[in-house]
Amino acid sequence: MPRDQDLGDSLATQVAEAAQTRTALRIEGAGSKGFLGHAVTGETLAVAGHRGVIAYEPVELVLTARAGTPLAEIEALLAEHRQMLAFEPPHYGADATLGGTLACNLSGPRRPYAGAARDFVLGTRIVNGRGEILRFGGEVMKNVAGYDLSRLMAGSYGTLGVLLDISLKVLPRPPAELTLAQEMDAGEALRRMNEWAARPLPLSGAFHDGACVYLRLSGAASAVAAAQRRLGGEPVADADALWHDLREHRHGFFRHDAPLWRLSVAATAALAELPGRWLLDWGGAQRWYAGPAAPEAVRRAAAQAHGHATLYRGHEGAARFHPLAAPLAVVHRRLKAALDPAGILNPGRLYPELEEPGGLGGLSRGE
Amino acid sequence: MDAALLAELRAILPRPGALLIHEEELRPYECDGLTAYRRLPGAVALPETIAQVQAILKLCHRHGIPVVARGAGTGLSGGALPLDEGVLLSLARFNRILALDPLARTARVQPGVRNLAISEAARPHGLYYAPDPSSQIACSIGGNVAENSGGVHCLKYGLTVHNVIALEVVTIEGERLSIGSAALDSAGYDLLALLHGSEGMLGVIVEVTVRLLPVPERAQVVMAAFDEVPAAGRAVGDIIAAGIVPAGLEMMDGFAIAAAEAFVHAGYPPDAAAILLCEVDGTNEEVSEHLLQVHDLLTRAGATQIRTARDAAERQLLWQGRKAAFPAVGRLSPDYYCMDGTIPRRRLPEVLAGIASLSAEYGLRVANVFHAGDGNLHPLILYDANTPGELARTEEFGARILQLCVEVGGTITGEHGVGVEKLDSMCVQFDRAELSQFHAVKHAFDTEGLLNPGKAVPTLHRCAELGAMHVHGGALPFPELDRF
Ligand SMILES: Cc1cc2nc3c(=O)[nH]c(=O)nc-3n(C[C@H](O)[C@H](O)[C@H](O)COP(=O)(O)OP(=O)(O)OC[C@H]3O[C@@H](n4cnc5c(N)ncnc54)[C@H](O)[C@@H]3O)c2cc1C
Ligand SMILES: Cc1cc2nc3c(=O)[nH]c(=O)nc-3n(C[C@H](O)[C@H](O)[C@H](O)COP(=O)(O)OP(=O)(O)OC[C@H]3O[C@@H](n4cnc5c(N)ncnc54)[C@H](O)[C@@H]3O)c2cc1C
Repeated sequence: MPRDQDLGDSLATQVAEAAQTRTALRIEGAGSKGFLGHAVTGETLAVAGHRGVIAYEPVELVLTARAGTPLAEIEALLAEHRQMLAFEPPHYGADATLGGTLACNLSGPRRPYAGAARDFVLGTRIVNGRGEILRFGGEVMKNVAGYDLSRLMAGSYGTLGVLLDISLKVLPRPPAELTLAQEMDAGEALRRMNEWAARPLPLSGAFHDGACVYLRLSGAASAVAAAQRRLGGEPVADADALWHDLREHRHGFFRHDAPLWRLSVAATAALAELPGRWLLDWGGAQRWYAGPAAPEAVRRAAAQAHGHATLYRGHEGAARFHPLAAPLAVVHRRLKAALDPAGILNPGRLYPELEEPGGLGGLSRGE
Repeated sequence: MDAALLAELRAILPRPGALLIHEEELRPYECDGLTAYRRLPGAVALPETIAQVQAILKLCHRHGIPVVARGAGTGLSGGALPLDEGVLLSLARFNRILALDPLARTARVQPGVRNLAISEAARPHGLYYAPDPSSQIACSIGGNVAENSGGVHCLKYGLTVHNVIALEVVTIEGERLSIGSAALDSAGYDLLALLHGSEGMLGVIVEVTVRLLPVPERAQVVMAAFDEVPAAGRAVGDIIAAGIVPAGLEMMDGFAIAAAEAFVHAGYPPDAAAILLCEVDGTNEEVSEHLLQVHDLLTRAGATQIRTARDAAERQLLWQGRKAAFPAVGRLSPDYYCMDGTIPRRRLPEVLAGIASLSAEYGLRVANVFHAGDGNLHPLILYDANTPGELARTEEFGARILQLCVEVGGTITGEHGVGVEKLDSMCVQFDRAELSQFHAVKHAFDTEGLLNPGKAVPTLHRCAELGAMHVHGGALPFPELDRF
C-alpha cells in the first residue's frame, strides 16, 4: 500500500508563499486532465501525495480521508464493511482522488434518490488563499455552528480553498439490487420516470439511452422482488457493468466526437429540440446532449428547462460553465475574494471573467 | 426610532398594522423561544410583498439601520432577538403556498409557511416534506432554512439543506438573488448550502422551493426498554451496523421517561434506565424484514422489554411520549434550559457520565432526550429563574456540556443554531482564523454588517476577552477590517 502521508502544513506553506508573491497555483489531484472547466495556468500545487484514510467508524457511518486518497481505495475499504459512498461518484480514470471528486461535486446515477456529493459532506479541513488551515463542520451528522463552508467547497473547483481532509457520511450497501429494462421513447420515459419517482418504490437509478429506460431497484431482497412484480420489464443480466459504464462515460452514447454537454434541468421539463442525440439520466434531471448545436442554443434550451448547461467537450474557446445572473456574479466575485483575496487558487477555472489571476485585490476594494 | 425614518417606512408599508411602533405592539416581538433574552425592537415591519422587503432593506442599508428577520419566533438560541435601534422584519405575512407540482415533487412556498402545512398540502398527492423539527406545527420554513433545522427523520432523510432546491433571497442592499433552481444543482458556487444555517446573517429569504418525497408505504415503531444506558447506546450501533438506517431513532433517559409517562401515559416502563424508539419505514416488505432484524438485535443487546406498535394509534402514542418530553419535564421544574450539542455516537456513555457528574457539581438536575441516531443530545437542565444566581449557574453548566461535546469530537449546536446564546461556545469550537473567515464571508454579503448583527459569529475581541480562543501562530488576519 502506497505511502499515506500528511502534507497539510507543507501545502499551507506553499499557498502562503504564493499569496505573498501573488503566484497563481494550479491545484492538481491525480493529474487526470480536467478537461472539465477552463485550463489554469500557474504553478502546480500537487495534492495527490496528501493521502490516507484518517478515520473510519462503520457504526458511525462516517469516513474521514485526506483529499489525495484515491477514490478506489476508499470504495474498497467501505465495501469490506458492506458500506458505500451513496452518491456513487464517477472516477473518470483509475487514480481519481476524493478531493477532485468533491471539488467538482461529481455524483453518479444514484444522485436523485440518495443525494449529491455535497449532500454527504460533513466537514472539511482546507487551506484558504492566505495559506491558513481552517476546519469547518465535523464528523457528526448534525452541525450548524458557523456558516457551512464545507459544502461550499463542493463544486468550487478548487477556486475557494485547497481541500485537505474530508469527512463524509457513508451508507450501508443495499443487500439486493436489480435492474429492469423497458423499451420506450424518450418522451414516454421522461413521464414514467417522474411518475415512478413519486411512488414509494426502492428506486436507485433511472436512465434512458435513446431506446430503452433502465430502472435500478435497491433494498431488502423482498422489497426489490415486490417492486419488480409491480413494475414489469426485463431484468438486465450484467447490470453492474451497465451502471458503471454510464457513470464513467464508457457507455456507447459517449463514444463519438460531437460536442458533449451536460444539462442539469428540472426532471419534468420537456425535451429540447436540438439536433443530435440525448441520454437522460437522474430520472430525467441530468441530460447528456451530443450534437452540433451552437453554445447559445444549448444554453437557451437549458435555461428554458429551468437549469443550466456545462460544456464537457468541443467548441474550443467557448465558456464551459453556464453564465451567472448579474447579482449572483457580484456575490461570486466577493466570495472568491473572501476566501482567496490574492486570487491565486485555480484562477479562471470556473469563471475566468470573475477571477482574473491576481486581480481581485483585497477585501477593502471599493464596492 | 427616528421619526423621518419611520415616515419612510410608513410610505413603504401604508396598510394599517404593517408597521408597529408602540410599545404594547412591540412587546410580542421582544424575544423568541429563548425567553431568557428580551429586548424591544425599534419598530416591527410586516411586509407582504418582495418589493416591500427590497424597499425596506434598501432604506435600512442607506441609513445604516440594522435589520433582524423573524419567522415564527420559535428559535431556541435567540437568533431573532431584536435590536432596540433596529427594524424587526417579520415574514409572518408571507404565508402562502405558491405552487405544488406533484409530478416534479416540488412545492414553491413563501417563507412564513409553517413546516407542517407543506406536508398537509402535499399529502393528497401521496407526498410529504421530510424534515420535521419537533416545532413543526409552529415554525416557519424560512426559519428552518436559516437554522438548517433537523428533526427525528434526519438520519435517513437529511436536514433542511438536503430538502430545499431553490431560494429567493433579498440582500441587505435590496438586491434579489435567485439561488438554486428546479434542477438538482446549479452553476457556480453552492450558495444554497451556504444560506442554510446562516441564521439570517447573509440575506432575507423570501421564497423557498422544497423537494417532496413519496409517503412511505409503511412505517412502524418499536419501543425497547433497557436497565442501563450503555446497553441502549450499543443497541443503536448494532442496528446501524446491521445495515439498517432507521427513519427515526430516539433515546430518553430514566428521568425523561418518568416525566413523559406521568404526562401522556404512553405505556413506557417508568423504571427503565433508558428507552429507545426505533422507527423503520419503506415498502411493506422492507419494513417487515427490518422489524424482525431490529427485534432480534434489541433482544441481543439486552432490552428488558420490547413493544411493537400494533396499529397507527399505538404508534402515535409511543411517539407522543417522546414529542411531549420537553413540556413533560417542564412540569417538574419552574424552568428548564434545553442544550443542543452533537457527539459521535460511540462516545455517548462517556458523555452521559460526564453530564451526570457536572449535574452533581452544579446541583442541578438534568433530563436527557436525544436523537440517538445522529448523536444530537438535548440535555434539559432544570432550574428556577427566581432563585438568585441559578440562571447564571445553569448557563455555565450548559457551556460546560457543550465544551464536553467539542472535546469528544462533536459540536456546540446540532440544530438550534448559535444565535446569541452560544456565541461564547463558538470561541471553543473555532480558532481565530476560522472565525475571521466567517466574518469575511459575512462581509461578502453584507459589507456594513447590518443583517442580524451580533449573532452567530462572535467578534475576535469577544473570544480574546474570554480567553477561550486558541490562537494559531498569533498573527491577526484581516487587519484591514476595523471591526475586529
Ligand atoms: C480520461 C478522463 C476523462 C475524464 N472525464 C471527465 C468527465 O467526463 N467528467 C468530469 O467531470 N471530469 C472528467 N475528467 C476530469 C477529472 O479527472 C475528474 O474531475 C476527476 O474525477 C478529478 O479527480 P482528480 O483527482 O484527477 O482531480 P484533478 O483532475 O487533478 O482535479 C480536478 C479539479 O479539482 C481540483 N482539485 C483537485 N484536488 C483538489 C483539492 N485537494 N483541493 C481543491 N481542489 C482540488 C483541481 O484543481 C481541478 O480543478 C476526466 C479525466 C480523465 C483523465
Ligand atoms: C418546542 C420546540 C421544539 C423544537 N424542536 C426543534 C427540532 O426538533 N429541530 C430543530 O432544528 N429545531 C427545533 N426547534 C427550534 C426552532 O423551531 C427552529 O430553529 C426553527 O427553524 C425556527 O423557525 P422560526 O420560523 O420560528 O424562526 P425564528 O425563531 O423566527 O428565527 C430563527 C432564525 O432564523 C432567522 N430567520 C427567520 N426567518 C428568516 C427569513 N425568512 N430569512 C432570513 N432569516 C430568517 C432569524 O433571524 C433567526 O436568526 C424547536 C423549538 C421549540 C420551541
